[in-house]
Amino acid sequence: MTGPLSITLNINDNIIFLIYFFIGIGFGFFLERGGFGNSRKLALQFYLRDLTVFKVMFTAIVTGVIGLTFMDAFGWIDLDLIYINPTYLWPGIVGGLIMGVGFVVGGYCPGTSVVGLATLKQDAIFYILGSLFGMFVFGETVPMFKKFFYSGHMGDRLVISKATGMTMGQIGFIIIVVALLGFVGAEKLEKKFGEKE
Amino acid sequence: METKKYSNPYLAGIGLGLVMLIAFWITGLGLGASGAMMRTVVAVEKVVAPEHVEENFYLNKYGGGQKNPFKHWLIFEILGVLAGGMISGAFAGRIKKETNKGPKISKRKRWLFAFIGGGFFGYGARLARGCTSSVALCGGATMALGSWITMMAIFAGAYMAAWFVRKLWI
Repeated sequence: MTGPLSITLNINDNIIFLIYFFIGIGFGFFLERGGFGNSRKLALQFYLRDLTVFKVMFTAIVTGVIGLTFMDAFGWIDLDLIYINPTYLWPGIVGGLIMGVGFVVGGYCPGTSVVGLATLKQDAIFYILGSLFGMFVFGETVPMFKKFFYSGHMGDRLVISKATGMTMGQIGFIIIVVALLGFVGAEKLEKKFGEKE
Repeated sequence: METKKYSNPYLAGIGLGLVMLIAFWITGLGLGASGAMMRTVVAVEKVVAPEHVEENFYLNKYGGGQKNPFKHWLIFEILGVLAGGMISGAFAGRIKKETNKGPKISKRKRWLFAFIGGGFFGYGARLARGCTSSVALCGGATMALGSWITMMAIFAGAYMAAWFVRKLWI
């Protein structure tokens, strides 16, 4: 069956909501397994003492890249029908920098803070309240800089292969090689700077 | 400290990647997190000030007119994340009331900075149209140009700020 099934089989929204609850369980389960419920473990990424964030994230990305490439090749998924994040260059860069500051100051990102809450981490509760407040402030202030919010729009479905004129396979291959080298580097860094258990 | 050790990070990463692939295969939408929080904010604002939600172009996208901000897959997904985190935590004996922090700061200070950091992340996530789940993880896997740029910016911002807040963690 060619995915996305919601489109090819025309599945009703309520069933999708139910399915998403179970997808969420898988998501939360593996985040917690990986240690993402612990803010200090996450934050130590930025002091090169614990590179779990990098390792888990890039293994997931590589798994996704390989999976999507082969699912496409096998005819199991129509990539023209899946969600591709739009590219708005300037708000994407500034928003990313702000998120980075928030990550190292707060110790979590939104998804991991929910896993922190699930395992009763008190700091996660304060982080979530802060995030809700930050989003409230964003909603109230974005009308003042609407033009910036839509600036640098390079495309709604702009993938790296299209932007560079290379093929999806070539970009995927580069990502995989860089990630593997990164894993080797991450293991070396942890040996050098990591805390003894 | 922990009852059981965390999983091998590469195995946890493969697990996450497979969950993401299943999500793409079934719905084509991937994963997310910050959007569910934004929808919660809009839902509250809609109760308190419905005409304000109507007038604000950004809030209107989520809750304008007849739209119910909670009627969205992200809300159900995030409830699942909460349940999944509890299941994994319970199996590993990691459900424990505690605050994770560096040895040099007090709990209260950590809570204050958790709130401030959350505020920054929340603001930035909405500006960049998604957080680490949808932008870095899913956008990374679909090889979206903007997502990779934002992901680099997240790491850059964190590494640049790390030195200034090192007392929080080390």
